[in-house]
Amino acid sequence: MAEQTQAVLEASQLGSLIKVVARRGYQVIGPTVRDGAIVYDRIESADELPAGWTDEQEPGRYRLKRREDQALFGYVVGPQSWKKCLHPAEVRLWSAERQGETFRILDNEKRPQRQHALLGVRACELAAIAVQDRVLLEDRYRDPTYAKCREDGFIIAVQCTQAAATCFCASMGTGPQARSGFDLALTELTGPGGHRFVAQVGSARGAEVLAELKTAAAAEGELREAQTAVEAAARQQVRSIDQTGIRELLYQNFEHPRWDQVAERCLTCANCTMVCPTCFCSTVEDVSDVTGEHAERWRRWDSCFTRSFSYIHGGSIRTSGKARYRQWMTHKLASWIDQFGTSGCVGCGRCITWCPVGIDITEEVRAIRETGSHGNT
Amino acid sequence: MSTAVTTDPMLPQPYTVQEVVKETPDTFTLSLEPSNTINGDRFQPGQFSMLWAFGVGELPISISGDPGQGDRLLYTVRSVGQATHALVSQKVGESVGVRGPFGTGWPLEQARGRDVIVVAGGIGLAPLRPVIYQVLHNRKMYRRLVILYGARSPRDLLYRKELAAWAHQPDTQRLVTVDYGGLSWRGHVGVVTTLFKYARLQPARSVAMVCGPEIMMRFVTRELEAQGLSRGNIYASMERNMKCAVGFCGHCQYGPHFICRDGPVFPYEQIRPLLEKYEL
Amino acid sequence: METLERIIAEHRFFAGLESYYTDLLVGCASNVRFEAGAYIFKEGGEANEFYLIRSGRVALEISAPQRKPIIVETLSEGDILGWSWLLPPYHWKFHAHAVEGTRALALNGQCLRTKCEQNHDLGYELLKRFAQIIDRRLEATRFQLLDVYAAR
Repeated sequence: MAEQTQAVLEASQLGSLIKVVARRGYQVIGPTVRDGAIVYDRIESADELPAGWTDEQEPGRYRLKRREDQALFGYVVGPQSWKKCLHPAEVRLWSAERQGETFRILDNEKRPQRQHALLGVRACELAAIAVQDRVLLEDRYRDPTYAKCREDGFIIAVQCTQAAATCFCASMGTGPQARSGFDLALTELTGPGGHRFVAQVGSARGAEVLAELKTAAAAEGELREAQTAVEAAARQQVRSIDQTGIRELLYQNFEHPRWDQVAERCLTCANCTMVCPTCFCSTVEDVSDVTGEHAERWRRWDSCFTRSFSYIHGGSIRTSGKARYRQWMTHKLASWIDQFGTSGCVGCGRCITWCPVGIDITEEVRAIRETGSHGNT
Repeated sequence: MSTAVTTDPMLPQPYTVQEVVKETPDTFTLSLEPSNTINGDRFQPGQFSMLWAFGVGELPISISGDPGQGDRLLYTVRSVGQATHALVSQKVGESVGVRGPFGTGWPLEQARGRDVIVVAGGIGLAPLRPVIYQVLHNRKMYRRLVILYGARSPRDLLYRKELAAWAHQPDTQRLVTVDYGGLSWRGHVGVVTTLFKYARLQPARSVAMVCGPEIMMRFVTRELEAQGLSRGNIYASMERNMKCAVGFCGHCQYGPHFICRDGPVFPYEQIRPLLEKYEL
Repeated sequence: METLERIIAEHRFFAGLESYYTDLLVGCASNVRFEAGAYIFKEGGEANEFYLIRSGRVALEISAPQRKPIIVETLSEGDILGWSWLLPPYHWKFHAHAVEGTRALALNGQCLRTKCEQNHDLGYELLKRFAQIIDRRLEATRFQLLDVYAAR
C-alpha cells in the first residue's frame, strides 16, 4: 500500500523536495529564523530552513541556540502555528457597495493565490489542525474560508526527535508520533549514517511527490533509529496533564481559590490565545469608506482575554481577569469536550513558553486537582 | 443586482424595509421583506437573525413577527448604540442585510395540548410574541394561554394594541405590570413576579417560556418552580455577545454552550447551574 | 351573602389554619368597601387593622414634595394590605389608595393583638403567615430596586 511506503532521502534532497512541491503549484510555507525565533513563512529553497538551530523553552522563556549538527528541523515549535495559514489573522470576508436604496455584495472571500504546502508540521500541530477541522468544517456550519485553505493543501510532517521542557503532547495523546493527516512525514537522522530523512508516505499525492525525488530503500536499522528517536522525544517530556475526569474537575471547581491566585499573575495579554494552535475565536468587523458607499466585512483573530469579548449592552460579563483566565482554561480543557468531542489542547506547550509571567497550564490543572472540589488551600 | 444564494453563512441578503413602527421612545419594529426571490423564510418562534446596517454593523435581533406569515420578518429593535440606531433609522424602501434565521426555538411541540405560560420582561416580549401568535392562530393545539408581562414604566410597554386585544382572547389570561407607575397608570405596579399570585395556573400541565433581562429570568424561573412547574417544563432565552451567529467566533459561549447554535432558547434544566455562576 | 367565616376560611392567607382559630378571627373581622379614589389609610395614621383584599386594586403610595404621590406597588384580589398593626408604634408607613372600587375584609388590630396575647398559638400562626408575606414583598422590592429594564 502506498501509505506504508518508507524511503530514505538524503538531507541534500530537501531543496529538491521544495522545488518539486512548488512546481505542482503550491506555495511552500516552512520554518525559518527571524527576529530570534523560528517562524513559519514562504520559503523558496532549503537554504532558508533553520539549519543547525534549536530552541530552548521554559515558562516565559524562548531562546534559539546553535546546535552541534546541521539538523534542518532540530527545533520544537515556535510562536506561530499553522493557523496563520489555514485560519489567518485577518481575512476580508466580502465587500459590498450601495446601489440606490439597496446594496450589492461584490466578492466573497479572499481565496489564497496558491494552495499552501506546509513543511515541517509536528504531530501536535497535525492534531491541532484536526481540532480546528472539527470546529470549522464538521460542525453545523462550514467555514468556507477555512475550507478553501484546507482543500488541496499539501502537508509535509516532521516527526519530533526531541521535546522542549514545555511539551506535553505525550500525555495529551497527540504526539510525538505523527500517524496520519499528512501527505509525507519525515524523520530526520543525523547520526553516523549521514544526514538523511526517513520519509513516510501518507497519501497518494505524497507518493507522487516522493517518486520524483532520489530516494533509497529504508534499511531495517534506519527505521529503528527513526522510531527510537521519536520514542526518545516522548520520554524527554517533563510536563503532563492528567486528563482523568478533567471536565468534571474544572466544572465543579468554578470557585476554586486557585483562580484568584493565577489571576494575580495573569496580565490578560492574550499571548496564549495568539500562539495556541487551536484557539479559533475571531471577531467580525464591519467597516465602510468615508463616503459610506463601500463596505467591507473583515474577520480578525480575537481573544477571550479581552474585556470586550463578552460585552453585551451595558457591560462585559467577564470583567475580572480571573473570570477570563478561567474561561480560557475551562474552555480549552473541558467545555471543548462537550462542544466537539475532544480536548482543545494538543500539548504543544506554546502557552507556557510565551506567557510573559510563565503561567503553566499543566501546573494549574495539577493545583486544582490536588485540592479538589472539597479543597481549600 | 442580486447576490447569488450561497451556503456562505456570513453573507447577508438584502431585505427591504416595508414599515417602521415606533413602539416606545427608543424601540421600533422593522418589517422586512426579502429583496430577491428567495423562498419565504420559515422561522421557529424564538429564533433570531443577524441584521446588518450597511457599513455600520451587525447585530443579533430576535424575530418578533407571526411565524405563519413567512413572507415578512418583523424585528423589534431597541436603539442603544450606533448599530441599533442605524437600524431603526432605516426608511421604508431602504435595505437591511439579513443573515439567518439562527438558533433554537421555543418548545411549541412540547407545549401542544398543554397550558402555555409566557413570562416577558421589557423587550423580552419580542421573541415571545411569535409564540403568542402561534397559540392564538392554532388555538385548538394548545390549552390555556397565560401572558405575564412586566415593563419598566407604562411608556415602555410594547405592542400596546395587541396587548389590549390579547386580554380578550378565549381561554387567555393576560396580566401586565410596570415597575414604575407614573401619573396616569391605573394598572398593576410591581415586578413581574408579583403577577403570579393573580395568575390561574395549573403547573402540572403547563409549559413556561421566559424572556427578559437575566436577573429578571432568575427571579421568574425561581418563582415558576415555587409555583410547582417542573424544571423540564421551563424554558428561557439567553443572550451573550454575538459576532458570527454560526459557532465560529466563540463569543457567545455560555458555559459549554454556544448561544447561537445551542440556544438562545434553553431548557431551564440545562442552564440552572449556570445562572448562578457569577462572570461565567 | 358570604359569611365572614367562609371568607376567612377560603382566603389563601389563612390556608391551613384550623377552624378553631378561624372562629377566633371572625370576632375581629368586618366587611368593608372603598370607592375608587378613596384613601383606605394615610401615612402616619394609626394602624388599627389590616385588610384582605377581595376585589379591586389598591396602590401603596409615598408622598413626595412637589409632585403627586409615588406608587410603589399595587395590590389586588387575594393580597394582604398592611402589617403595621403588628409592631409598635402601630403607624402606617405609606398611603393606601383605592385605584378601583375595592372590597375587603378588615381585621381589627387591637382585637387581634389581644387575642394573640391570650393565645400564643394563634399569634404564631398569624406571624408565620405575615413573615411569608413580608419576605415576598422584600424580595419583590429588591427586584424592583434593580431597575432591570433600564438602558445602561
